[in-house]
Amino acid sequence: MILLNLLAAPVGLIFWTSLAFIIVLVLLKRLAWKPILKTLRERNEFIDKSLKSAEEAKEQMSQLKADNEKLLAEARVEREKMLKEARDTKENIISEAKKTAAAEGERLVSNARAEIEKEKAKAMSDIKSQVAALSIEIAEKVLRSELSNKDKQAEIVEEHLKQSQLS
Amino acid sequence: MFQITDNKRLTKVSGLRKIIVSALVLTFAAVQGLANHDDEHAKSHDEHQEEEFKAGEMIMHHIADAHQIHFLTLGHNTPEEKHVAINLPVILLGENGLEVFGSGHFYHHEKHLDQGHGYEHGNYIMVDEVIYTKNAEGELTYGENGEILNDKPLDFSITKTVVGLLLTTIIILLVLISVGRAYKKKGYKAAPSGIQSLMEPLIVFVEEQIIVPSVGSREKAAKFTPFLLTVFFFIWIANLLGLMSFIGGYNVMGSISVTLVLAFFVFVITNINGNKHYWKHIFWPDGVPLPIKFILVPIEAVQIILKPLVLMIRLTANITAGHIIILAFTALIFIFGQGNPAVGYGVGIGSTLFMVFMFFIELLVAFLQAYVFTLLSSLYFGSAVEEAHH
Repeated sequence: MILLNLLAAPVGLIFWTSLAFIIVLVLLKRLAWKPILKTLRERNEFIDKSLKSAEEAKEQMSQLKADNEKLLAEARVEREKMLKEARDTKENIISEAKKTAAAEGERLVSNARAEIEKEKAKAMSDIKSQVAALSIEIAEKVLRSELSNKDKQAEIVEEHLKQSQLS
Repeated sequence: MFQITDNKRLTKVSGLRKIIVSALVLTFAAVQGLANHDDEHAKSHDEHQEEEFKAGEMIMHHIADAHQIHFLTLGHNTPEEKHVAINLPVILLGENGLEVFGSGHFYHHEKHLDQGHGYEHGNYIMVDEVIYTKNAEGELTYGENGEILNDKPLDFSITKTVVGLLLTTIIILLVLISVGRAYKKKGYKAAPSGIQSLMEPLIVFVEEQIIVPSVGSREKAAKFTPFLLTVFFFIWIANLLGLMSFIGGYNVMGSISVTLVLAFFVFVITNINGNKHYWKHIFWPDGVPLPIKFILVPIEAVQIILKPLVLMIRLTANITAGHIIILAFTALIFIFGQGNPAVGYGVGIGSTLFMVFMFFIELLVAFLQAYVFTLLSSLYFGSAVEEAHH
């Protein structure tokens, strides 16, 4: 008997169940599910957004880092180049200077040599003229002494004449 | 130095001992509770048992709805027999209009009937918790097979199941509305706390793992989510409440009326939301030869009603079955105890262990049935709003 009651669905219970369930449904829909689901969705979106922005930031960071590295590398290359240029320039300058110095030296030496030659020639000619003057003087003196008597003069003339005939 | 460490160890040991002692006390309390639970069944069944213990009757009595919440019987089969029970209001809509009175009026006036016994009050006789209107002689009229032919007033009584429903409703509303308020107050940037942290994974699980995949898409599911979430928590909390036998052992989801209402909602929502594709699939399925259609269409048409009906029966049967198994283990003790009390005690130990095991299974079933009901409802809703795909 009571088993049949189990399978029967009394109207009263159906009524109360419907009432209870509808009340629960309406109240929960408004006071629980709406705020809860809304908040959960917002939080999900917030987390998504945060993750995305974090990812973006990370990407930007790595981009920046790459840029930095590139810049650094470029700077390094630049430095290297500059150093090399400087070294080249230095070497150039040095070699140039050396060359110039050598040329100058050469020039100075040759100038000096020319001067020396000139001076030498001058000195020579001086000496020559002095020697000549001296010789003439000596000769004059010799002649004066030699020609102080008439015999001697005639002898010299004679001798000279002989020599010039012979030559 | 050494003294200090020694003291520390001492306090540690005493702390551990405290834990062990309290664990033992708790275990004893739990066993005591179970024992009381057994007593309760024993005593309530004993009021019927003067000559012999009938397990089936006892079990059915505990599963069936009643007009009172019966806890235990004191001093049974003695002149000062006392029932510890809450008498619930009886609300009848009969020939005399609306009548409201306490069910104690029934339970205090036992009446011997031609077949078995019942209770009477005023113009009504209650047999096995069903209220009949008295016939002209103030008695019941029996049919050929012993069935009662009397008229029945509409019974809107607050029965045990209705109280269970009410408790479920109150618990759900209290918990979930407070959770809802917490979300509203804190906004989405704050982490959940307290009971919010307990409910959030459940809500997210039901929404993300049951509703959205079953219905198909988040957009389509949005319309059904409040209903399905409500159904899930309603069933789950009611089932858990039903497991707490010491507060009355409500068999809410084991009542056909309750699951009928839930299934009816599912039926209505499914068919209101049924789109062209849904109806076409039922009444003119694509790619099926004409003769087959004559077989298929009636089957599909019957399924419209059959699906919610199956939902209803599955839930009721599962929950009732769980209660029956636990009660059957209890009954075992008394069946064996009848011959020799010592055997009864022996069986009692085994039965209690099995009952503890069953309670754990029932905890799982309470959740599982809520899950299954929600899942299948979601699938039905999903089939109703599914777009044609080729």
